[in-house]
Amino acid sequence: MKCIAFIQTKGGQATKASLEAAGFAAGIGEAVAVVSGDLDGDGGLGSVGIQRVLQGAGDLDDSQLGRLVSAAAEHEGASLVVCAQDHLGKSIAGRVAVRMNAGLIAGVTVAPDGDNYTRNVFSGKATAQVKGATDNLVITTTPNAIGMPAASGATASIEAFDTELGERKVDILEAASPSTGGRAPLPEAELVVSAGRGMKGPENWGLIEDLADAVGATTACSRPVSDIGWRPHHEHVGQTGIAIRPNLYIAVGISGAIQHLAGVNGSKVIVVINKDPEAPFFKAADYGIVGDAFDVVPKLTEAFKAL
Amino acid sequence: MGGADCDPILRKALAIGAHEAVRIDAEPQDAMQVAAEIAAYAKGQSFDAILCGKETIDHNSSAVPAMIAEHLDVPCIALATSLDYADGKAVMTRETALGIEKISVGGSFVLSAAKGMAEQRIPNMRGIMAARTKPLQVVAAQGAAPGTRIERFALPDEKAGVKLVDAENPAELVRLLREEAKVI
Ligand SMILES: Cc1cc2nc3c(=O)[nH]c(=O)nc-3n(C[C@H](O)[C@H](O)[C@H](O)COP(=O)(O)OP(=O)(O)OC[C@H]3O[C@@H](n4cnc5c(N)ncnc54)[C@H](O)[C@@H]3O)c2cc1C
Repeated sequence: MKCIAFIQTKGGQATKASLEAAGFAAGIGEAVAVVSGDLDGDGGLGSVGIQRVLQGAGDLDDSQLGRLVSAAAEHEGASLVVCAQDHLGKSIAGRVAVRMNAGLIAGVTVAPDGDNYTRNVFSGKATAQVKGATDNLVITTTPNAIGMPAASGATASIEAFDTELGERKVDILEAASPSTGGRAPLPEAELVVSAGRGMKGPENWGLIEDLADAVGATTACSRPVSDIGWRPHHEHVGQTGIAIRPNLYIAVGISGAIQHLAGVNGSKVIVVINKDPEAPFFKAADYGIVGDAFDVVPKLTEAFKAL
Repeated sequence: MGGADCDPILRKALAIGAHEAVRIDAEPQDAMQVAAEIAAYAKGQSFDAILCGKETIDHNSSAVPAMIAEHLDVPCIALATSLDYADGKAVMTRETALGIEKISVGGSFVLSAAKGMAEQRIPNMRGIMAARTKPLQVVAAQGAAPGTRIERFALPDEKAGVKLVDAENPAELVRLLREEAKVI
């Protein structure tokens, strides 16, 4: 089967979530990547199984990107389009699906079993096996779920791809990068240290930052913490915040409410530090320490530093 | 879009300020079908904005807003955190993987709202009374077809249970994460 992988780039390189989507597509059939704008070399795509990259114009809005991707699918005779279920993917996938009259299966978490695709439903409390009911199909892959294919070291060829894209309708007035202090952005992070209301106040976050630095992790927080303004909103994880799936999630002073778990229960390993042995989070955890964060966290930081 | 069991939800929307409610009378089956029905209804109306939620609480796909926008050929602002009007243009903010953007669109548009867009309102008695007499129209569906089919549901594997480490010995936790879980 021929498929198209839509790739988001950052500084000319494919984002991690896009590389996962490309690897997923390459595992299903002959996959051709589509990018908008500048690429640095092949953006890392050859190494995940892509042989050809179609390079369209840059600086496109979501509607133009939808046209670019569906035109590429038509050009290649591809019946399957794959992209990441990230912010951009959520803006584009539905558009491509409508243009191609294709069913959309969003947030797939493992390689398909034949034409059965598995995705999480009810915020990770169950999974569903879904099939397309149309000739064409659009799939989005959940970041950090599929895993990155082993790098082959191959290089993809780049071809310019021109098509009618219509006019841009969305104007960007200002854009600011969130400051992550040199840490991996939360949706891509493999190691996350997160803290909740148990930390008592923003003045105590130094302990959390120190632990995160020792682990090499990105920081996150529970919703009340960002609501009160102790931490910025982009750190808020959960049902109403971002959903993450790191390899390691360390939760400090977070009770483990169901809405919080909805955003983190895909983590491979969960560590909970809480002074209340009855905190519901322990039921979802792999490892736990019952104790006062103000004693435990500095000791844990030292133990990580000693590695 | 839904059966008569959705009417209490529409009445609640009327109670917190909506002027009219419309229910498209069909059982939702997937995003493709729902978006086609909503877009078909919207095509016959004049509108400035179609506001959607972030995702459904059951299937969590975040798919419908962009689909509606494509059917209607209008911009879609996914996961917007604020909405204002200035000089006849809508100005919105959104937080993407690449940063926080302030954007504007002229003409009509679709948006999906993320946290920060508005305070949740609780209906008051006056609103509830007023909602009883506000129009709730039921329209027939176009018969749009779904693009996907659910074969089966399953529960995720149970966790093995938490392994507790003594608070006095966090180094043991680091060892387990390294040697047993192999995540660091
Ligand atoms: C519609 C809806 C959506 C929501 N969405 C989200 C969401 O996306 N994300 C989210 O996080 N929440 C969300 N919530 C809120 C959620 O229900 C919880 O209220 C919230 O997660 C609790 O945050 P917390 O664990 O930081 O605080 P608390 O529940 O107050 O827990 C604090 C914990 O810290 C522990 N603690 C206190 N002191 C110490 C100490 N010294 N050392 C160690 N432990 C200590 C306590 O034992 C307790 O377990 C949502 C709620 C609703 C209704």
